[in-house]
Amino acid sequence: MSSAGRGRLKVYIGYAAGVGKTYQMLADAQDLRRRGVDVVVGYFEPHGRQDTIAQITGLEVIPRRVLEYRGTRLEEMDTAAILRRRPAVCVVDEFAHTNVPGCDRNKRWEEVHVLLDAGIDVLTTMNVQHLESLNDQVWNVTGIRVRETVPDWVLDEADEVRLIDVTPRALRNRLERGVVYSTEKAQQAMDHFFTEANLAALREIALRYAAHEIEEKLEAAPAETVDTGRRERILICVTANPFSASLIRRGKRVADYLRGDCLALHVLPQGGWAELPAGTREVIERHLHFARNLRIDTHAIAGPHVPRSIANFAREHQVTQIFVGRSLPRPWFKLLSETVVQQIVRLSADTQITIVSQRRR
Amino acid sequence: MTGPADRRPNPEELLRHLQADERREQRGRLKVFLGYASRVGKSQRMLHEGVRRKQRGQDVIVAAIQPVVPPDVAEILEKLEVIPTVRWMHAGRPYEVIDLPAVFRRHPAACLIDGLAYDNPPGSRNPKRWQDVNELLDRGISVITAVNLQHIEEQQPAVERITGKRANQCIPQAFLAEADEIEVVDAPPEELHLAPGEPDPRRLGELRELALLLAADVVDQQLLGYLGSHGLTPQWGAQERILVCLTPHSDLEMLRSGRRNALRFHGALLAAHVEQAGLSEQDQKLLSEKLEAAREAGAELHTLQSGDFVDAVLELARSQRVTQIFIGHSLRRRGWLTRNPVDRLIDASESFDVRVFPHRGMA
Repeated sequence: MSSAGRGRLKVYIGYAAGVGKTYQMLADAQDLRRRGVDVVVGYFEPHGRQDTIAQITGLEVIPRRVLEYRGTRLEEMDTAAILRRRPAVCVVDEFAHTNVPGCDRNKRWEEVHVLLDAGIDVLTTMNVQHLESLNDQVWNVTGIRVRETVPDWVLDEADEVRLIDVTPRALRNRLERGVVYSTEKAQQAMDHFFTEANLAALREIALRYAAHEIEEKLEAAPAETVDTGRRERILICVTANPFSASLIRRGKRVADYLRGDCLALHVLPQGGWAELPAGTREVIERHLHFARNLRIDTHAIAGPHVPRSIANFAREHQVTQIFVGRSLPRPWFKLLSETVVQQIVRLSADTQITIVSQRRR
Repeated sequence: MTGPADRRPNPEELLRHLQADERREQRGRLKVFLGYASRVGKSQRMLHEGVRRKQRGQDVIVAAIQPVVPPDVAEILEKLEVIPTVRWMHAGRPYEVIDLPAVFRRHPAACLIDGLAYDNPPGSRNPKRWQDVNELLDRGISVITAVNLQHIEEQQPAVERITGKRANQCIPQAFLAEADEIEVVDAPPEELHLAPGEPDPRRLGELRELALLLAADVVDQQLLGYLGSHGLTPQWGAQERILVCLTPHSDLEMLRSGRRNALRFHGALLAAHVEQAGLSEQDQKLLSEKLEAAREAGAELHTLQSGDFVDAVLELARSQRVTQIFIGHSLRRRGWLTRNPVDRLIDASESFDVRVFPHRGMA
């Protein structure tokens, strides 16, 4: 939650394009303007939607900044101009947007943080599939790997989340009428992403997420404890396996829901980082960096025996639950020897161990 | 959830779906706006939808609206044809009753009905307004309606825990669950213009959460129905579903943790055990205790027929869309050349996590 002096953040959440997030946000902005509040539009994406465009009439719009990138003219929100203008409230569409390379900040949500820090209230929009913790679920449901993501803590810090709900049927009607996209694009969208099953599944995810956010904001409730009275501490074992990203998301999600702590660990060879091939090292650094971005406390320690190092680390850090990825399938002649996962289970017999499977579609 | 794994429905299933489809085609469509409190703007949303449909050429009328409406609602109402409700007095109390004969005569394509949970006075054609709605639907008239969370019978105990009050008129949740469409009208509590005596923002927040979860459950059921009728297998979905595998020697912490996790995730808790012949009296007693504890934890119990334990658990996990399996470390005993069940379960897991619990009796 925001402290005094910081702007308030309100996020309009939806489960797909066209549900009416921007429309509702602008309607609320108009309401504020009528009540005499100094509100401006910092960024607005019309998408050619007439009723949404009509909703902006009378609102002051801060012109976008034009950038040149590889010979193309691109437009971004002009954060500096908004700061100079200093409104009480600023409307910023598409919270999850990634900026053109060459901007001061990578992500629009980072620009929004600059506005909030300056004491400006912000209204913004986002679809639930851009939330980091839901990335795997969304992929499973729709087959689409969303690349533009926002870490969960950013939304947790929002002062208010409002769900914009419409039924999939109403949304598909809007598509058919060409309200959301041009008719040609709409047909394509309806055959792929906007199928009834996809939309229903995304909607369920959005409803549950909104319920969870509301619960989180209601209470600074006590953290869940294991039956010994200890707070949950989850340790995620990070490797060079590309599945690590999903493993990190899963562990963090469980830690967040249980209001516990979350740590990530990579066990290096005894010689440390220097002993790793450059490629592997880069991958592991990337995974640990990803974890840090989600506000996970990351560690890399060197040790001769990976499962034993994990077990010792877990004991030293009062870990209640270890998250590991499943070992790869083994050739038949190795079936009688233990996998790393089996060794971790055996060596950390006093700790709960969660083996996360790589979901397939 | 639209997995590539197509599952052909069997003939009876197909017939049932076809018959259901046929019934649905002749029946009007029901759309419900669900709010968590009064003043979230349900009536307004309902009327706006009516106006939009009318603009698009649908024959829409209003068959019931609150007797007193705020000016902004009255303004929208002017754009629509209204068949006024009939006022009945009974035992000194006024009732507003839908003029069903008039609506039937007029036979619009769709009608708007506010206050779905209203009672009709004793001696009416139907005791409840939602039953009037059912009749309209049966006659092929679509209905767009609005209801508040506290008027849904199955939600009343939870609502009462939050507000300390119980509404006296209600509709069965099944009526809501069978609606073709349900839409949540969500607004932050701070934005409601509250009358004195209404719940404070914190309680409103709790009601708001409850309404969203109810809608999520309805959407989940609708989705399962849709996948079923299209021969698609549902895969792991939006809801966490936890399965605890019980043996006579299971640590009860598995159930406690399962319950905590299910509560925090607003997920489902299931417990399974294998039916075994030749269990010692002592083990039988221990197992009964575990099952009793599972029931107390609110778990849905499943008995697996003996045979291969891992196969049975996998089948249950698939059909119940399980996302996490809790299993005890004690099951890790391994025989000569046979692999232990925990390892086999881990090897076979594709759509769920396996959480192995320490067996403290042994540690």
